[in-house]
Amino acid sequence: MELTNLTIAQIHQGLIKKDFSASELCKTFLDKIKEKNKEIFAFLTVSEDLALSKAKKIDDMILAGYEIPLLAGVPSAIKDNILVENIPCTAGSRILEDYIAPYDARVVKKLKNQGVVILGKTNLDEFAMGSSTENSAFGPTRNPLDLTRVPGGSSGGSAAAVAARLSVFALGSDTGGSIRQPSSFCGVVGLKPTYGAVSRYGLIAFASSLDQIGPIAKTVEDCQIVFNAIKGKDEMDSTSVEASKIENYRAKRRASSSPSLLLAEARKLKIKNLCIGVPKEYFVKGINPEVERVIKLAIKKYEEMGAYIKEISLPHTEYALPCYAVISSPEASANLARYDAIKYGEIKNKKLKIKNLFDYYLIARGEGFGAEVRRRIMLGTYALSAGYYEAYYLRAQKIRTLIKNDFEKAFKEVDLIFAPVSPFLPFKIGERINDPLSMYLSDIYTVSVNLVGFPALSLPIGKAAPLQNGGEGLPVGLQIIGKPFEEDKILEIGKLYASN
Amino acid sequence: MITKKELRRIAKLARLSITKDEEERFTKELSSILNYVEKLKEVDVSGVEPTSHPFEVENVMRSDENQKPSFHLWKRGGRRERSSLRPSKRLLELAPETKDGYLKVKSIFEIN
Repeated sequence: MELTNLTIAQIHQGLIKKDFSASELCKTFLDKIKEKNKEIFAFLTVSEDLALSKAKKIDDMILAGYEIPLLAGVPSAIKDNILVENIPCTAGSRILEDYIAPYDARVVKKLKNQGVVILGKTNLDEFAMGSSTENSAFGPTRNPLDLTRVPGGSSGGSAAAVAARLSVFALGSDTGGSIRQPSSFCGVVGLKPTYGAVSRYGLIAFASSLDQIGPIAKTVEDCQIVFNAIKGKDEMDSTSVEASKIENYRAKRRASSSPSLLLAEARKLKIKNLCIGVPKEYFVKGINPEVERVIKLAIKKYEEMGAYIKEISLPHTEYALPCYAVISSPEASANLARYDAIKYGEIKNKKLKIKNLFDYYLIARGEGFGAEVRRRIMLGTYALSAGYYEAYYLRAQKIRTLIKNDFEKAFKEVDLIFAPVSPFLPFKIGERINDPLSMYLSDIYTVSVNLVGFPALSLPIGKAAPLQNGGEGLPVGLQIIGKPFEEDKILEIGKLYASN
Repeated sequence: MITKKELRRIAKLARLSITKDEEERFTKELSSILNYVEKLKEVDVSGVEPTSHPFEVENVMRSDENQKPSFHLWKRGGRRERSSLRPSKRLLELAPETKDGYLKVKSIFEIN
């Protein structure tokens, strides 16, 4: 069997049965990256030494007769806004072009402890701001399914790496849809966990009340394995929480609800008892008719499996995107204030006359940040400035409460919410880059979920009809939204689709 | 919706330099984005509390005890890993200009 098509479980079996070694597996992926990365540009940095040395450690363990964890020897790719010690971490930006991460992100530490092999860092929209990976200072990533099209963003490199089988799984980050949308565009599975489920320590911050790290993989089960490895409270991230300790969101809580018990609960989930909500506001004008058709077909399949489908209303849906813009941009403007080429980074244009500190900041930041980043910083600065704070930022915070109320109300009637991930099919490179607003519309179905902090999965459920020039149709992803900390439920429901 | 003068003021506040062409372009783009977010004014938010975080966690603190230098210490079932270089040294290596273990910057106060 083609080594690069194996799932995590298959790799684990292959390693223990000695069908192949971790080093062999690692080399296979590294060779494939050498062959394909020029064309796809999923990887910004390939960490060959790090990968091979880890693979060798795993092989030594196996030879010595030790039991290895499920993820040991599994090759992965990490989005380049997540720190991996001693490897460059650029956030897709010139301002961090020469930055070498001085420490591991918590999620990376956790994966390393499980024996995961890190192949390299993947391309992204600069500072995770974008929906196509075209905003990377180093060039766009191409969709492996159609090289003239975008892989989505901002975790485009991660999704493309998995789709092109250049990695078994990848880590991405999601602030407004940045895991789900590229997963949908590349036909792979992506999970945005509940806000607080995964530590953000070592993630280059974009919007701190919205950011979450999550897995991207070929199968739902692989996503589940990686999620379980990276989740958990971290004392270095005070917004992270131990899922099992969250009382308010577990209606049927037993005294000793350990994580494994909850997983077992989720596994016994009878599809026949499930009530799935479909928001009527998500199927209005603007959605690509093929996307709508494929999504509705998938929902029908769940209905045939025995689920009860119910139309619900999320009345503040039309305000989610502007709300997101007015919340994420200010948070970004605050988070990006630290980039000043003083503690790290440097001014490239040495010939410029820098009279004082103020000039230094202007030049470093003007030179280092791309257009989209500067646009968002300015939007954020404006929304927070004296005279505008109440009208914009504070108002958006209040609308955020209303959106949250919508979701909480809906989840009193239904167990899960199904929705499209993107209103468009993967678009052509260059198609939307000159119209920022049209680019923002890609996230219309995903931003609400970040605003309210709930978990959501992007599941590849089918392909749109092929275009005139023939070939395969473009992939469509279904969004499965769950209640806080019920990732297992959405993952188990996602698994049902493949098996049917 | 936003004038070039306002844009220049915002850029200055955010410590960003923009070229003359960008000034033109950003003014247009930001105006159209601000136009779009005007939509938010339609909503009745009277009596609504703002949400700053999805889940309200309060007072997440550690105990007020002296901690050993813990940069990079990761305890897991007794195993510890520590960076090979002293933390301050590693961080200073990333800075473009240093002197005697300090970061070098342009003077903050101007002498008139």
